[in-house]
Amino acid sequence: MTYFPDEVVEHIFDFLVSHRDRNAVSTVCKAWYQVERLSRRSVFVGNCYSVLPERVMTRFPGMKCLIVKGKPHFADFNLVPHDWGGFALPWIEAAAHGCPGLEELRLKRMVVSDESLELLARSFPDLKALVLISCEGFSTDGLAAIATHCRSLRELDLQENEVEDYGRQWLSCFPDSCTTLVSLNFSCLKGEVNAGALERLVARCPSLRGLKLNRAVSVESLTRILDRAPQLVELGTGSLTVDHHSEAYRRMINTFHKCKLLRNLSGFWDVDPRCLQSVYPVCPNLTVLNLSYAPSIQGADQVKLIRHCFKLQKLWVLDCIGDKGLAVVASTCKQLQELRVFPSDIYGTGTAAVTEEGLVAVSSGCSKMNSLLYFCHQMTNAALITVAKNCPRFIRFRLCILDPGKPDPITNQPLDEGFGAIVQSCKDLRRLSLSGLLTDKVFLYIGEYAARLEMLSIAFAGDSDKGMIYVLNGCKNLRKLEIRDSPFGDAALLENVGKYETMRSLWMSSCDVTLGGCKALAAKMPRLNVEVINEGDESDEMEENPSDAHKVEKMYVYRTLAGPRNEAPDFVWTL
Amino acid sequence: MEDVKGSDGLGDTELRLGLPGTSTATRSAKRALPEGDEESHDELRRTSAAKAQVVGWPPIRSYRKNSFPGRKVEAEAAAGLYVKVSMDGAPYLRKIDLGVYKGYKELREGLDNMFKCFSLELSRREGGSGSEYAITYEDKDGDLMLVGDVPWEMFISSCKRLRIMKGSEARGLNSRH
Repeated sequence: MTYFPDEVVEHIFDFLVSHRDRNAVSTVCKAWYQVERLSRRSVFVGNCYSVLPERVMTRFPGMKCLIVKGKPHFADFNLVPHDWGGFALPWIEAAAHGCPGLEELRLKRMVVSDESLELLARSFPDLKALVLISCEGFSTDGLAAIATHCRSLRELDLQENEVEDYGRQWLSCFPDSCTTLVSLNFSCLKGEVNAGALERLVARCPSLRGLKLNRAVSVESLTRILDRAPQLVELGTGSLTVDHHSEAYRRMINTFHKCKLLRNLSGFWDVDPRCLQSVYPVCPNLTVLNLSYAPSIQGADQVKLIRHCFKLQKLWVLDCIGDKGLAVVASTCKQLQELRVFPSDIYGTGTAAVTEEGLVAVSSGCSKMNSLLYFCHQMTNAALITVAKNCPRFIRFRLCILDPGKPDPITNQPLDEGFGAIVQSCKDLRRLSLSGLLTDKVFLYIGEYAARLEMLSIAFAGDSDKGMIYVLNGCKNLRKLEIRDSPFGDAALLENVGKYETMRSLWMSSCDVTLGGCKALAAKMPRLNVEVINEGDESDEMEENPSDAHKVEKMYVYRTLAGPRNEAPDFVWTL
Repeated sequence: MEDVKGSDGLGDTELRLGLPGTSTATRSAKRALPEGDEESHDELRRTSAAKAQVVGWPPIRSYRKNSFPGRKVEAEAAAGLYVKVSMDGAPYLRKIDLGVYKGYKELREGLDNMFKCFSLELSRREGGSGSEYAITYEDKDGDLMLVGDVPWEMFISSCKRLRIMKGSEARGLNSRH
């Protein structure tokens, strides 16, 4: 193969789509490394601290799309201190210097300041796509900069970010010459946008396929927008509060009738259940439905809606749908692949909403299921064993029993056998989240059977170091391991230190790992950053002269080529 | 009313107002540890209290949690805080919406009104001992509590069921303590 001219090799590499494949071919020989790096268009950095931004820009000068992820996953649940890090600015600065051809930037769990957005906008006026997921640190001022300067923007997708709203009319900043928008999602913004500017923007973007509005957009505005853009494929509604006797409501129904291409529906903020009928005309074509932000819709109304959605592939609902509602899903949605059931009563004072019965029902009816996120009040081994048999194709299986450490309520046994059945049956399982009462045995099963597992989340589980050791020694493809409140200590941490270089990261919080153990790990593995995170309020002793026997509250270990962070805050010690 | 704290004193007699066969485990989402274990019973109380403070549990993104800020209050206001009220000796139960009362005084008056036909019966049988009864309630933990001890807001959020106890039994409780 080395006798082929570079252009031929490059052409062959064009067929390699995944990052992993391209990473793999680049290690074959120097020639291939060169061809690959110069022809790489999309670069994925799973941990922003694993490599210096400049190094990425130098290696891939032709990069068009950059994807970077920042904080560890448990930051979603407030386990990572607010100012831990994950800043976007260094990446944007490096790209501005090294990759002027950048067209797409996708960031997840990063701190993005308005300053970085302004730099991005000015450095890349031809930016085509900006996607920010679970980020924070910016305001509508930063968005205004993007709208103003990026004249050929096609995609602006803001998913679940914390955005400061300064009421600035950022949407009005899109110039009249901007006609290229294909996808716009501002559902996470809290404030109002200029309705007229929004409608005009939609009217002048004939390629618009996806539009997700925020809560502040009224029904009247939605109707006018849909009138201008009946070609929408994805829609996130604004507030659906309207008197179902009114003219406005009738107009809305008529408009929905015209949206023949609609496949993906979400939003439903503040919806009056009686208005749901307006959506029925589009239901038979829907493949994606997200009702998880609509607590006002009772189970019965959710069910009425879902009965029309027989082509559904992805469904996100609240647990007030109930086990009976899930039975309807099972009988209606035969194409279902992904189901997420979120808790509507987070503080646990209400009655049980979904149990193992709902899950078993869905598994019986929907054999194509491959992705699950299920919050419930209880689960049994028998149910999990049935689910494993019914749905062997799970790729993602995340079960959250709301009461930590709760056993099978019928047998009072731990859920080891149930989860064991899942990992044995689902040979393609890549992601698993455990809950309920679990002993070391479940980890024995996971280590033995979960050969393709890449990400494992553990909480309040296990009896001893053996549990974690089974996983580290067994799961060959493990990339991310996150553990909280489990009795794993230094022996487990240090059992297989080489493993961590094959993984992206390890998170352990409220476990039995000590400072001494972390120091030992850092000493043995210089290419890992072993970060000990001390939030300091309780532990004055920690600040003075902590003994090695002191248990570490939070620890984050990751492989890196960049060495210890130089901008880490005081409470983060890199050992 | 005398100070009768229902909880610890009655724990041994296992006075539960639930239907026979139901356990507290599923209802109040506690760890279902084997019964008869004194230590775990205490731990149940401690974990129940501490549960609210477990950081990052359940694992739901803050963005999602913040999306329904006043939701709990809204739902209760919309649905009403209906609880069953039983009165010892009465042939059937009633249901009241705790949300319509402003405080304990209104509640007592409301209950008086609702059950006055029965209490007249009772008081006659008692030999004219009058309308002596104790209003008790079952809280989230399944314990029998005397109405009136805690602030009203706390009461309505933890009251699952009301029970109007006959004068003699109530007095019996008093005398035990």
